Amino acid sequence: MPDASLSALAAQLAAKQVSSRELAQQYLDRIATLNPAINAFITVDAERTLLEAAAADALIAAGNAGPLTGVPIAHKDIFCTDGWLTTCGSKILHNFVAPYDAHVIQCFKAAGMPSLGKTNMDEFAMGSSNETSYFGAVKNPWNPAYVPGGSSGGAAACVAARMAPAATGTDTGGSIRQPAALCGITGLKPTYGLVSRYGMIAFASSLDQAGPMAPSAEDCALLLNVMTGFDPKDSTSLDREKEDYTRDLDKPLTGLRVGLPREFFAEGLNNEVAAAVDAAVEELKKLGATTVEISLANSKLAIPVYYVLAPAEASSNLSRFDGVRYGYRAPEYTDLNDMYSKTRAQGFGAEVKRRILIGAYVLSHGYYDAYYLQAQKIRRLIADDFNEAFKSCDVILGPTAPGTAFKLGEKSDDPVEMYLNDLYTIPANLAGLPGMSLPCGFDAKGLPIGLQLVGNYFSEAKMLNVAHQYQRATDWHSRQPEGLK
Amino acid sequence: MKWETVIGLEVHTQLATKSKIFSGSSTAFGAAPNTQASAVDIALPGVLPVLNKGAVECAIKFGLAIGATLNRVNVFDRKNYFYPDLPKGYQISQLAKPIVEGGALRIQVGDSEKVVHLTRAHLEEDAGKSLHEDFHGMTGIDLNRAGTPLLEIVSEPEMRSSAEAVAYARALHTLVTWIGICDGNMQEGSFRVDANVSVRPAGQKEFGTRREIKNLNSFRFLQQAIDYEVRWQIETLEDGGRIEQATVLFDPDRGETRMMRSKEEAHDYRYFPDPDLLPVRLDEPWIEAVRAALPELPEAMRARFISDYSATPEQASIATSSLAFAKYFESAALHAADVDSELVGKIVNRMFSPEEKELAAGFIARDVARARIKLTCNWLTGELLAWLNKAETAIENCPIPSRSLAQLAIRIEDGTLSGKLAKQVFEGLWEGAGEVDAIIEARGLKQMSDSGELEKIVDEVLAANPKSVEEFRAGKDKAFNALVGQVMKASRGKANPAQVNDLLKTKLQ
Repeated sequence: MPDASLSALAAQLAAKQVSSRELAQQYLDRIATLNPAINAFITVDAERTLLEAAAADALIAAGNAGPLTGVPIAHKDIFCTDGWLTTCGSKILHNFVAPYDAHVIQCFKAAGMPSLGKTNMDEFAMGSSNETSYFGAVKNPWNPAYVPGGSSGGAAACVAARMAPAATGTDTGGSIRQPAALCGITGLKPTYGLVSRYGMIAFASSLDQAGPMAPSAEDCALLLNVMTGFDPKDSTSLDREKEDYTRDLDKPLTGLRVGLPREFFAEGLNNEVAAAVDAAVEELKKLGATTVEISLANSKLAIPVYYVLAPAEASSNLSRFDGVRYGYRAPEYTDLNDMYSKTRAQGFGAEVKRRILIGAYVLSHGYYDAYYLQAQKIRRLIADDFNEAFKSCDVILGPTAPGTAFKLGEKSDDPVEMYLNDLYTIPANLAGLPGMSLPCGFDAKGLPIGLQLVGNYFSEAKMLNVAHQYQRATDWHSRQPEGLK
Repeated sequence: MKWETVIGLEVHTQLATKSKIFSGSSTAFGAAPNTQASAVDIALPGVLPVLNKGAVECAIKFGLAIGATLNRVNVFDRKNYFYPDLPKGYQISQLAKPIVEGGALRIQVGDSEKVVHLTRAHLEEDAGKSLHEDFHGMTGIDLNRAGTPLLEIVSEPEMRSSAEAVAYARALHTLVTWIGICDGNMQEGSFRVDANVSVRPAGQKEFGTRREIKNLNSFRFLQQAIDYEVRWQIETLEDGGRIEQATVLFDPDRGETRMMRSKEEAHDYRYFPDPDLLPVRLDEPWIEAVRAALPELPEAMRARFISDYSATPEQASIATSSLAFAKYFESAALHAADVDSELVGKIVNRMFSPEEKELAAGFIARDVARARIKLTCNWLTGELLAWLNKAETAIENCPIPSRSLAQLAIRIEDGTLSGKLAKQVFEGLWEGAGEVDAIIEARGLKQMSDSGELEKIVDEVLAANPKSVEEFRAGKDKAFNALVGQVMKASRGKANPAQVNDLLKTKLQ
């Protein structure tokens, strides 16, 4: 079972070789065994999971099954899930049981996919190591001394450890792709607006995008079919026809033009990662692709721009966590302002506070033009670079992260060092472009290396085609941590 | 020293949409606390706003009605501050690119007219309510109002007295209710006024330092608050003090304004464009469709009432104080103007040669119509308005149909009723006693038209008042009036005063 792809699981369910309840129970058993050491889940509720699985079985029995009905999935704890604790990795929501389903959750429920639980994450998705979670750090299944990446670290770790066949994640500056890379799985951040943000707790609204995380590109394509689609409840959701993201998986790569951004192979990139990415390029050439060197000159400004814009939006988005209506409230206070400041001082962790402060600062009177407006201008320049690049290539390829997983605690005292981990992933968020990460090797320590693809707007099917063809030719994505098999 | 007052108003009008500006919850007033607050309104984690097109349409209507510029692309911003009745910790508003910019409103103060220019009008959401009473040592939060659409309408600082400010606020109130974008209910907070007030030595070009009086919910309070504030500012300056920029509240019980917060305590709202909402784009077909659906505006109607119905400027202002009033007026005027040809024929036959008849008929019909309209106008803006005010009711609930008011005017014009008798008929109409002619008949209010009967009364009065007759003959005009009064009394008000005059004069010569 732990090796099965989503399509294989769906086939077993359709053939009645296994019931959804049985399947869910097997994963729940695995979670019970492995999770204490990995801490990938914040909430597991076997009873609810099995109820949902029973409902899926009923659908299958009635002949009303969809392509993935009965296949269980884990959800990042950033998605509001009716009746489930939904914490966003924060103390301030440690007791918040959502009274409604996020659009993404509705999509998976409608597809008949039972939830295996809510996965751990950096607090409010702010982090690249999953160490900022109020519910404790997640350990990398490939080596528990190392971080799984973040912020969707719980999602990546649970898939890497096969505690779930797939998981949902969200990506604001690399939060799907970087942990996917560090945990050796496949993850995709769609074009901004493709997946509704309704019910997904906002970090930086103009950058946040939910996406699938699974062992393979084929799995991701199937999940993307479930998650995407127009939602009138999200004004930034795109009203376009539904696509079948599996449609191009089997196309040959003959004539594919792969753009290699000069800036992504420069200083700061770990040699082993560079070598693995180079090897992947060679592999794609064998499959018929050609390469072209491109330049994303302004992407060197992506980190500073991101650390103006994302905190600005976050400082405002997180204002609703004030202790008045739900969530944590400081037990003692003298007046309203004291209640606010104590609640937020006690309820938020250090990284969240840092970003709220940065955000409030860059938006404040007299600084707005110099920071926020300036950053918006550079954001446009970064997007222009991509537009230019896509005139000469079909997909852009590079490393997902500058290195492999680092040790727990190694970078937690140096925020800037931590921020640099998202050097290659942030530009796609700023431009609103789709990006994905897929495994392309291991370093000498046995830690996975991630390969990143960035496509033009709405070119998810093309990216998945490239990734699937690569995965047919390689087996990096099907490797599993030795000790957890 | 002579001082000049400078006033600018910011008016928050609640838009009359059924649902809120960013959620589907009802905007109805008076529901049990928090029963009209959805996940979006209480700002649960993860929820998102979706703009109500109806609210945008209200703003377009307003912009068109005041001849403003409609910004084809306008943007929602977040205004960030913490307060328990502001669930998101920010208010969605429009700062840099409001939907409406410019425009003007004509106001009338006494006999003089003035044009007040508007700076802008922008869409935003209302906050909830904090309830400090009824909760011992605690504050209750009612989020029913949170997310109710508002159009904040900002004037230029062009008003120079509280009277002008009130006239502006009234004209604005008339307009927003007229075009149906606001119910205008000030008690329920549908129309709330903030007044920016400053004073400066007469002739000085620069503005003085202003203080903003918040949340005035009646025209009377607006007037009182400004008058107090102006007096206070002048006294302060004349005593050698300085005015500090501040926000103040008006206490209606004490008739005073008091400091709420100083400039130093002002928030830094950290405005930035709301990333959850796309810029609003107004296209021409949308704007034209809204324009086509606009009713005739008060100013145009007022001008028409003056030219078409010879209303005085003041009467026309009263008649256009609300759309309902204007409709009533116009309906009554049209009924009154409907002069039947039989009547015209009678007059023409009596007075004109056959070859003059056709031409004369036109003039006569017009003159009769004019006279009736004039009377209708007088009765509407006089008696009817007074009765409505006394009954504290609006024209919408007027017990007298417009047709009946016109009929009353017709009966005055044709001499059936004197003004005095007409008042009695009016009373009957108000009580719902039936049609004008029926009331005249039933109550015997017909003016005496039989000259023989009147002559008899006149003779009796002259015989009974030899002293007055003597005095009149001695040159005392007052004595004549006394005789007229006696005749009217003897006829129990039914004599035609003009006829009485004529008869008396003839008899006394």
